[in-house]
Amino acid sequence: MLTYTIRRLVLAVPTLLFISVVIFLLLQLAPGDPMAQVPLTVPPEVKQKMREALGLGDSVYVQFWKWLVQFFWVEPQVLFDNIFGTHFADGKLRVLSWQTRSPVMDIVVQRLPQTLWVVGMSYVVGVLIALPIGIYSAYRQYSIFDQLGTFISMVGFSVPTFFTGVLLIVIFSVGLGWFPSIYDTTLQVNDWASFKLQIRQMVLPVFVLALYNAAQISRFMRASMLDNLNQDYVRTARAKGLGERVVVLVHVLRNSLIPVVTVIALGVPQVFGGAIITEQVFKVNGLGQLLITAIEANDLPMVQTLTFIFAVLIVLFNLVADVLYGILDPRIRYD
Amino acid sequence: MTDDTQKQGPDATAVTETTPAPYAASLAAAGPIPSAPPRSQWFDVWRQFTHHKGAMLGGVVFILMVLTVFVGPLLWTVDPTFIDIRARNSKAITACLLTGLDTMFSCFGDPKAAGLKASWAHPLGADQLGRDTLARMMAGGQTSLSVGIAAMMLSLILGSLFGVLAGYFRKLDGPLMRMTDLFLALPLLPLLLVMVLLFREPLSAAFGPETGIFILIVVAIGITSWMPAARIVRGDVLALKEREFVLAARSIGTTNTKMISRHILPNVVSPIMVSATLGIANAIITESALSFLGLGFPPDFPTWGRLLFDSIDYMQQNPERVILPGVAISLTVLSVNYLGDGLRDALDPRLRGR
Repeated sequence: MLTYTIRRLVLAVPTLLFISVVIFLLLQLAPGDPMAQVPLTVPPEVKQKMREALGLGDSVYVQFWKWLVQFFWVEPQVLFDNIFGTHFADGKLRVLSWQTRSPVMDIVVQRLPQTLWVVGMSYVVGVLIALPIGIYSAYRQYSIFDQLGTFISMVGFSVPTFFTGVLLIVIFSVGLGWFPSIYDTTLQVNDWASFKLQIRQMVLPVFVLALYNAAQISRFMRASMLDNLNQDYVRTARAKGLGERVVVLVHVLRNSLIPVVTVIALGVPQVFGGAIITEQVFKVNGLGQLLITAIEANDLPMVQTLTFIFAVLIVLFNLVADVLYGILDPRIRYD
Repeated sequence: MTDDTQKQGPDATAVTETTPAPYAASLAAAGPIPSAPPRSQWFDVWRQFTHHKGAMLGGVVFILMVLTVFVGPLLWTVDPTFIDIRARNSKAITACLLTGLDTMFSCFGDPKAAGLKASWAHPLGADQLGRDTLARMMAGGQTSLSVGIAAMMLSLILGSLFGVLAGYFRKLDGPLMRMTDLFLALPLLPLLLVMVLLFREPLSAAFGPETGIFILIVVAIGITSWMPAARIVRGDVLALKEREFVLAARSIGTTNTKMISRHILPNVVSPIMVSATLGIANAIITESALSFLGLGFPPDFPTWGRLLFDSIDYMQQNPERVILPGVAISLTVLSVNYLGDGLRDALDPRLRGR
């Protein structure tokens, strides 16, 4: 298993390099000019100098190499410095955003908590809802509960998040006035009242995303339970007199969870990248919203870095899912 | 006998139908001659499909949706870009239902008298410029559905091409599947956004704003969604390649092209059809998400996602303007998903006949 993990990690390096090249080349074609916002009174030669200061004068491969060095060598040093108080990265050039002229990673670190709170919470809630629904509807296949659960999960799966989000805002913010429609990131949680406010503003976005995630995971859970419920070992377990609860919740559940856990692991990168739309609907200024504004403002280093971070997460969690599959299911041997 | 027929698809069916007469006679001696004609594979599939209530309902809803959107404009001939400025922000006629029991019926006759800004000239209301919502919904639906179907076709063609090539030619398997994995590792929504942003201007300049964006969105969705289909098709082709009928065809000297078009492709039609239905749903959602983020079609060229996005600012006064396009998208996607579910069940020989 260890050799397999190492081999996959080594293979991930060319994959990620390739992805970064693809993203970089795509962005090189971008029609926008970062100097478009500079006043017309600034003379062309000054503009040219400003362009060169942004590193745009170099050829494509030099620019790409510089980005690679900044992302893979300087940024880890900055992280190291921040943790241990050393001074390795002092004076070294970091990946700078063209919008704010501040390091991209600093902005990412600022935005990460909002995304993790809202989107991460919704993923956890979604999984917690999905598992019992999937288990019960598989155990009572074709019952009313199963029919209803399958229908709701089909709806949750089909209705796009931008519609559920807007619909919930129409009903609960505009109509009933129960929850705010905009997520206020400046809210400081320091007492009970502000904590309640925080919970109230999280309810709608978390519900929207949780419904979507739960719909997908409960479908997997149900299918996986159904696969296992008819197996011989279940009959054996019943035949030797085990209670129904033990049979379902210990024998069947543990075996059915194997594929579901990997599906859950595969969905984690979407926690970071896939909630772009929901963040846009509820005005949560997380990573997805950061990406949208960066794309609209033609902030290429920001777009490049963010997309690459998403790609790293996808590759990493694909690996985690495969390794988990091997660990959880002793029948699967990669070596 | 029927079991074998089901499993082996078109090839085996052909054999059953042309069973030589002496053989049939010897069978007749063994038992009674079956009076019913032999059932074909597709008859069985159709029978199973009609037993799936959700799929039938989904199919009916989807066909109704397509008819409304494409035939509807012939009946409701209001131009979706015509501006009737006096009717701007008028409500849907159904708002009468909320006026109370006593005024409800008179309101349907004369909404103005009931103090409601609505009229039968605009049954679903009008937007902030006075453009008719019903006409815009139908025009938007045409774009959304065409984008969905065209993008699905493109992704299917790419997916089955790569899947068949990777499954059939062992040399291509490694590189093509590595490429599929690479594409699967790309963060798709951000890349789609970047692609739309980058190529919007050049393509609009080359083909005109509407066709240019249409091509761009279809191609962008197509080349970012072919991977699951390719994987499924490859798996099926790998299994098919080991079957006797492929060996038999090869032994009579069938060329690779003929082998793929005659023997392999007809047998992987079922996974391709299931991917097709799910692909339409995916493409419609992606297109409306792009439009919703303001990176899709231009504002005067409605799609369902764009209509939803434009109406958000007015959702306090006219919530139905948000709900209508949202319901249209959701209903279409839901019906297509149910259709796909039913197809998958019908085409799965292990489930059929239960």
